[in-house]
Amino acid sequence: MAIVEERPVEEEEVEHELHEVWEDAPGIPGFFATVDHKRIGMRYIYTAFIFFFIAGLQALFIRAQLTVPDAEVVGPEAYNQLFTMHGTTMIFLFNTPVLAGFGNYLLPLQLGTRDMAFPRLNAFSYWVFVLAGIFMYTSYLVGAPPDGGWFAYLPLTDKVNSPGLNLDFWGLGVIFVGISTTVGAINFIVTTFKLRAPGMSINRLPIFVWSILAMAFMVIFAVPAVTLAAALLESDRLFGTAFFDTARGGSSLLYQHLFWFWGHPEVYILFVPAVGMISMMIPVFSRRALSGYVWAAGSLVAIAFISFGVWVHHMFATGLPALAMSFFSAASLVIAIPSGVLFFVWIATMWQGRVRWTTPMLFSFGFLLIFLLGGLTGVMVSIMPFDWQAHDSYFVVAHFHYVLNGAVVFPIFGALYFWLPKMTGRMLSERMGKLSFWMMFVGFNLAFFPMHVLGLFGMPRRVYTYARGLGWETLNVVVTVGSFLFALGTLLTLVAWVQSRTRGAPAGDNPWDADSLEWAVASPTPHYNFRAIPVVNSRHPLWDQEPLPEASSGDEEATRSLGTPGALDRATPITTGLDAAAEETMAIPRETYLPFLLALGLAVFFTGLLVEALVVGVAGVAVATLGLLWWAWRTEADLV
Amino acid sequence: MTTAVAVAPAHSRRRTYPLGWWGMVVLIMTEAMIFAGLLGSYFFVRAISPTWPLDHIEPPELARISLFTVVLLGSSVPIFWAESGIRKGNQRRLRIGLLLSFLLGASFMVNLAFEYEELHFGVRDNAYASLYYAITGLHGLHVFVGLLMNLIVQIKAWQGKFSASRHLTVEIFGLYWHFVDVVWIFVFSSLYVSLHIP
Repeated sequence: MAIVEERPVEEEEVEHELHEVWEDAPGIPGFFATVDHKRIGMRYIYTAFIFFFIAGLQALFIRAQLTVPDAEVVGPEAYNQLFTMHGTTMIFLFNTPVLAGFGNYLLPLQLGTRDMAFPRLNAFSYWVFVLAGIFMYTSYLVGAPPDGGWFAYLPLTDKVNSPGLNLDFWGLGVIFVGISTTVGAINFIVTTFKLRAPGMSINRLPIFVWSILAMAFMVIFAVPAVTLAAALLESDRLFGTAFFDTARGGSSLLYQHLFWFWGHPEVYILFVPAVGMISMMIPVFSRRALSGYVWAAGSLVAIAFISFGVWVHHMFATGLPALAMSFFSAASLVIAIPSGVLFFVWIATMWQGRVRWTTPMLFSFGFLLIFLLGGLTGVMVSIMPFDWQAHDSYFVVAHFHYVLNGAVVFPIFGALYFWLPKMTGRMLSERMGKLSFWMMFVGFNLAFFPMHVLGLFGMPRRVYTYARGLGWETLNVVVTVGSFLFALGTLLTLVAWVQSRTRGAPAGDNPWDADSLEWAVASPTPHYNFRAIPVVNSRHPLWDQEPLPEASSGDEEATRSLGTPGALDRATPITTGLDAAAEETMAIPRETYLPFLLALGLAVFFTGLLVEALVVGVAGVAVATLGLLWWAWRTEADLV
Repeated sequence: MTTAVAVAPAHSRRRTYPLGWWGMVVLIMTEAMIFAGLLGSYFFVRAISPTWPLDHIEPPELARISLFTVVLLGSSVPIFWAESGIRKGNQRRLRIGLLLSFLLGASFMVNLAFEYEELHFGVRDNAYASLYYAITGLHGLHVFVGLLMNLIVQIKAWQGKFSASRHLTVEIFGLYWHFVDVVWIFVFSSLYVSLHIP
């Protein structure tokens, strides 16, 4: 590498030209046609948060019903629908997509490239997600929301016992949204391996990128199982097949295996990116590099692997052979080791650094405490005798809210305060943020800690009310108060976001003095991300490389898109998988309606299945197939 | 102030794989999991069943499907031949190879239709029947999609859109087609061969 003189450029002219090349068409056309990973990422986040508040509202209804014994806020049917849709929404429509949103926005920036590997697929995965969400929620419009629990066990959910459309909304919706997750994962994997700034070898990846990579691989291997579970369930319901019908030789236990083969990795699909966020924020606010980067990255990968060997611990009460259950119990205990390593990585980082107690740091610290408890109860329920005792009780509800709400939602809120300034260009109020944190933290523990005790006292989950005199009254009031406090805390963050849009302080490029590449560009990020791709020779480019060197375009195909000419060309460099040497140039596609149309075709297809109208289904398949053929026809893959 | 740095391109002796190739490989991984899940379900139900096939259903015959297994696996050969042809810029080999593969794949589909027609059991009869139709049906769907892809690639090939240096579409399609063939080996062994081994 030689340092060459940068040619003087007519700044304004270049800026204008870049604008022409990258700006989406204004208004509605641009809205539906954009392939910009930043717009898509933010949309993912905002859409997911709409579902978050809906799911929150459902939770509040649940708590209102359970505050006192024999309450009649909602009836048993509505209650079943509430807890089913609360769980389904939080897993499929909030946690998974909101993390995909952060991944979409941040991955290309942290890798130092100008978009994702497949920008049109990226748009497609968003449209599928939002249409699947709408699909599931139309169930409320026709008065048939899913009511079989978020894991829809048989035989409760077969056609005989659940004759309505309720479960069909759930089953088809799960298949539908799974397409979005899978497509997104493919994009994450290829982007991570092939689109990196020159010099960002695999041992210099930001830890968040490692976490997204581990998550994407889990998605690739786990989601097919739930797609299959839901597809076979729907096949039984719609076409009368016998997969899960024990009378005709099928097995309802098979459904549980298929569901949890995805279901447990899914917990880590949510947890691992959240851990990645934490591992980005803690070092920044401890003013030092992450202690044990290799250990942290290795633990994330180890968790991804082990997560596939633990699913049966959801089925300890089904009477499987003892040997099988012992294996899965042991594997469930083993996963505590990489989790523990991560924990010590964070503690060591804080210990050796000087902690600044900003809002994102508070959320990270809150996460540590909550995850500690959630992890410990996780070890408890992975031991069979204890699991049999606690099974289907509020102890389990407490445990999975400590890990899924506490250890996933808290990092996400911290990440909002940390990264929204990059996305919107405005800081969120620290005062509001801290207030929001403390209300959420106190509310969370008030709401979920007593549930452990309630569970041990025998309170069962999923039952819409309870009798007086069982000793559960006081604690249930505490839980309800806590849950409303928690909800209020989340609303304060919404307020902080609204405030920031008009009154927030300008963020500047790097408000937190952070180390990764997304902080090297302006806030909000320009359309082209990097005018010239940075050259990386450190794990912490913004801390160690001052000033950050920018690549200039060369004459060869491999290097022509590195500098400003590449940005003007709407192109970005492709690099080698391990050591990130420039090897090719990728053209970034322009806006297109194809992804939206294709997703719409799928929505029509699933609606056709739902109402069992052959014509509608065929029409949907036809639209989707034609869209796909057109897409394949137009793709000039051979130009790469 | 920033410094502009000239970056040396990667000098690898071996050609590395482009984005589309990677995308297809990851897609194949997740597709393979769907088949693994279905075949796993098949053996799960088989393991808990007193007789197999259930209710003493007569399974499909082995001889004819063995022949068509050779046909389907054989359809991969012209793809290899076509690929090595276009790598040298030979358009004729590309076109004929694709066409040949299409015809072999299509004849496999025709056989599947005949087999469904002649079977003595329906998809609703019992779990064995449901699994049999689901697995062969899903595989058939994959063959069908592969044939559609072949059509697109073939039209492009007859238009002369590929050259010795630019033919990634052919390779990506080839990957998918080989995958569909390899999966059939597992389906064939599980659904047909294993029933005829005493």
